[in-house]
Amino acid sequence: MTDDIMAKKKDLFSKEAKLAELIAGDRKLLQLLPRFGIALGFGDRSIEEVCRMNHVGTELFLTICEIYSDSSFKPLPKTLHHADMSGLLPYLKASHQYYLNERFPHLEEHLQRIIEACGTKYGPMLRHFYDEYKREVMRHIQFYEEELVFPYIEALRNGQRPDTYQIEEFRHNHTNIQDVLDDMMNILLKYLPGDILPKERIEISLDIMELSDDLNRHSLIEDHLLIPYVESLENALP
Amino acid sequence: MRNRVILCEASEIIANGLAEVIDSMAQFDVVARLDNPAHLSEKILATDANLVIIDPSLLGFQNKEFVTQLGKEHPGITLVALATSCLDHAMLAPYGGVIELHDTRSKIIGKMNEFVKGDNDRKNDDVELSKRETDVLIAVAKGMMNKEIADQMNISIHTVITHRKNITRKTGIKSVSGLTVYALLNNLIDENELI
Repeated sequence: MTDDIMAKKKDLFSKEAKLAELIAGDRKLLQLLPRFGIALGFGDRSIEEVCRMNHVGTELFLTICEIYSDSSFKPLPKTLHHADMSGLLPYLKASHQYYLNERFPHLEEHLQRIIEACGTKYGPMLRHFYDEYKREVMRHIQFYEEELVFPYIEALRNGQRPDTYQIEEFRHNHTNIQDVLDDMMNILLKYLPGDILPKERIEISLDIMELSDDLNRHSLIEDHLLIPYVESLENALP
Repeated sequence: MRNRVILCEASEIIANGLAEVIDSMAQFDVVARLDNPAHLSEKILATDANLVIIDPSLLGFQNKEFVTQLGKEHPGITLVALATSCLDHAMLAPYGGVIELHDTRSKIIGKMNEFVKGDNDRKNDDVELSKRETDVLIAVAKGMMNKEIADQMNISIHTVITHRKNITRKTGIKSVSGLTVYALLNNLIDENELI
């Protein structure tokens, strides 16, 4: 990347920049707005203004956008210490809701048509494969993150230190959610007989690629922001 | 894939003759002809050749170093000597094969096919599962653990893991549930065999 482009990119991730310009710079960021609860119709307002109107911490918003946009970006330690991080868990929960309530049902709807077209020979096993995958996703998101990890973090934020858990475990517990998603795409594209709903399969594969990409970036936010943040909380406690 | 040949020979009579034989073979193309080895390395890169036929007398005393160096720079190519004069056996040793000036047409064709045989086997090996890998895949699809597979097949766990890595590399599928679907789709196992 030339210095020019770098400088321009840096400008976009500043609170004075217009939100519309930031999104024009990286269109994928558009899908983050609902997760922050930022309403459309923001006109030509700056990022800072829009964040204030929607009660979102500007620095947290910019940090998450930058990680989402650039996989090599890691927030500075001072951001972790001084930024208002109260919006981080709500953001992650909203992302989870988006995956569970919108992306997966959408995927399922497409897949259902393919399963039906597969007939009794391949249909049941595809169904079984997907059901197992979904169980895994639910287990990770609902039972692990939302019922174990997030309450632990809330407690830390309130100055308590539950002895049930340590964030170090989280690093090792990233499951193979993306692996199975990639497997599903390979099966749909490469290994199912070619004559079964080809158009539908291409469409669903494009959806899967997008979801897989989104989930990848989501885990970057967990790795580069959530884990260091929680580690600093853990270390701050006596 | 067709084989791409570079011919490096100073004598035009010899080069023309050999090029004619090679071009008559369906799966070979002569993609470049050189009368000295000065720019051979660049030519290999430019043409993506997989077979180089070179006259060792062009290299003289540097023969061995040249061949070793070229092999390091282009690990994918087969280097063949074109023995136009009486050469010391040691001079021919570093090469992957030799074509003699007095070889008949059919002998040259036979040798050419031999030279690239290893190449094609390796390419095949990259996509198709070997018998052993297929056995491991079936066991994984049936839900067996690495330890069980190792015991049943009488191999080490380490070998099982290597097979599993190769299976994933070749099929593009990482998860056990994905491999099960793959095995079913390819009729390697029957639904009734699943636990």
